Amino acid sequence: MSESHSNPTASPIVSVRDLRVTFTGGKKPVEAVNGVDLSVARGESVALIGESGSGKSVTLRSLLRLHPERRTRIDGRIDIAGHDVLALGSKALADYRGKVASMIFQEPLLALDPVYTVGAQIVESIRRHEAISKEDARKRALELFERVRIPSPERRLDAYPHEMSGGMRQRAMIALALACKPQVLLADEPTTALDATVQIQILLLLRELQRELGLAILFVTHDMGAAVEVADRFAVMYGGRIVEEGPTREVIRNPRHPYTLALMQARADGAMTKGARLASIPGSPPDLANLPVGCAFAERCAYAQPACLQTRPEAVAISPSHQVRCLRTDATVGAMDRNHDTAPDTLSPALAD
Amino acid sequence: MSTAITAPAAVAANTPYERSAGFWTGVLRKLARDPVAIGAAIVLLLLVAMALFAPLLTPHDPYQASMLKRLKPIGFENYLLGTDELGRDMLSRLMVGARLSLFMGITPVLIAFVIGSGIGILAGYAGGLVNTLIMRTIDVLYAFPSVLLAIALSGALGAGIGNALLSLTIVFIPPIARVAESVTTQVRSRDYVEAARASGAEAFTIVRVHVLGNVLGPIFVYSTSLIAVSMILASGLSFLGLGVKPPEPEWGLMLNTLRTAIYTQPWVAALPGLMIFITSISFNLLSDSLRSAMDVKN
Repeated sequence: MSESHSNPTASPIVSVRDLRVTFTGGKKPVEAVNGVDLSVARGESVALIGESGSGKSVTLRSLLRLHPERRTRIDGRIDIAGHDVLALGSKALADYRGKVASMIFQEPLLALDPVYTVGAQIVESIRRHEAISKEDARKRALELFERVRIPSPERRLDAYPHEMSGGMRQRAMIALALACKPQVLLADEPTTALDATVQIQILLLLRELQRELGLAILFVTHDMGAAVEVADRFAVMYGGRIVEEGPTREVIRNPRHPYTLALMQARADGAMTKGARLASIPGSPPDLANLPVGCAFAERCAYAQPACLQTRPEAVAISPSHQVRCLRTDATVGAMDRNHDTAPDTLSPALAD
Repeated sequence: MSTAITAPAAVAANTPYERSAGFWTGVLRKLARDPVAIGAAIVLLLLVAMALFAPLLTPHDPYQASMLKRLKPIGFENYLLGTDELGRDMLSRLMVGARLSLFMGITPVLIAFVIGSGIGILAGYAGGLVNTLIMRTIDVLYAFPSVLLAIALSGALGAGIGNALLSLTIVFIPPIARVAESVTTQVRSRDYVEAARASGAEAFTIVRVHVLGNVLGPIFVYSTSLIAVSMILASGLSFLGLGVKPPEPEWGLMLNTLRTAIYTQPWVAALPGLMIFITSISFNLLSDSLRSAMDVKN
């Protein structure tokens, strides 16, 4: 139902159908993701947005099957660049990881091995997938460092992770992820651990790489500002489902799911005037081990009606490319403009180019 | 956040940068700044040198007994450290004894380090049922106090150096395996292991590169602290007559045979104990310094 509307001519390189992820390790099975449909076209970047526990990271990790096999059940279908990911054997899976799709982690200091130089880690990663000499692999690593604009790359290759600054480490992490020329880049909160000035540089770098290498980027964040910088399309998750999906501009200008609306209004910048209360969403995210029958957001929703507690809403098309899973889409028309005088398109000047 | 669009390279470019010298060079550099580490290292080096060159250095034949010169005090004639109960030169015997004592201290720990690390890393990385099986078996051995276990094993296997080494090795496998298991369990859940999996590394590669690289250091440090224990246990075994046999000089055995002389020549009788003390405290101090030097976060 959610074909790649933003670019209907391109076939999606990432196609997720009715993904359900259940963690069975605890006393009660936890339905972290229940019924996600998502597609990313070649060269497109999609942001998965949501608060902690919304299932966004779980969805992302499923694409590489990083969850512990014994304690996780994954249903549905994931196709990435012609690979049926859920059906891959262990050898094929190892070949697929890093080569077809690779991942950037939230905290590069933890995601880089502290006892090896970053150069050695990139060389090791390249040689895992390709039969080339150490010297050639090192040359590739050097090119990658130049590509992600690490200054004096030759010497930085021999640095240990703890000898680099936060932004530099994240660049090195990106270089490592790109080492085997993947077609799909998955990013798990790539800027959350960085300070604000470095965040924007990393986001711009990601967008540049997306354009130059034709990468498909799927990235997870809870930071709307960061998402706007990079994403062509937004997919907002709540309670393990995508509640609203559409082109970035359309979603931020005209959010139609009450949750997206509340997220937009809860942003600190823009709407803040001195003495004004910062808007927040009452209540807490649903217990994934015990999901309600109806809409997962109903309990916290300002627009909820009795029907919302009974039926799980199906996707409603607002426009051909913009869909919302809500029964009350009629009530949210123009809600963004009613509640706030800030025009949402001042969110980011970088979006204008 | 939207106003700060700067050239990405500009901020990071001007930081002074020193070519990184490997991890172990850094550790050595930190050790070199630690006076305790240097002191302990010098003492240990002297002891090892003394053990290696003992045959060249000994002023007397360590086996040559003399009934007339029994239990002479420190400084008697040309016997610098006196003589033992059979009139043999203490200094020569302590020097030659260093060979066996150090050997009995280091060898079991070295073997146990290899075996224990293997078992612990396997248990830690495999997790689940394999971990439970291995670690509960290890716990059975762990339940006995190490001294008791060493004596019991040695006693069961019979006296002799080989059996003493074997029983000491068995004594040290459980603690090393335990440390290895806990460190591996920690490392296994680190982001860089998941990152390696995400970039296509298979289990064997992850263990070989990422687990070993991060785990061997801490296990090694822990093992060095066991050398002192091993020396003391080996001395204890010899003292009980389960390890080295007379007339072979070994510090523990010497302590045993001299114990009857504790009232007549207390200083001479205490010398082998002093050697054991100096050696084991040096190993302990050095391993402590090594531990803090290898802590990357400092």
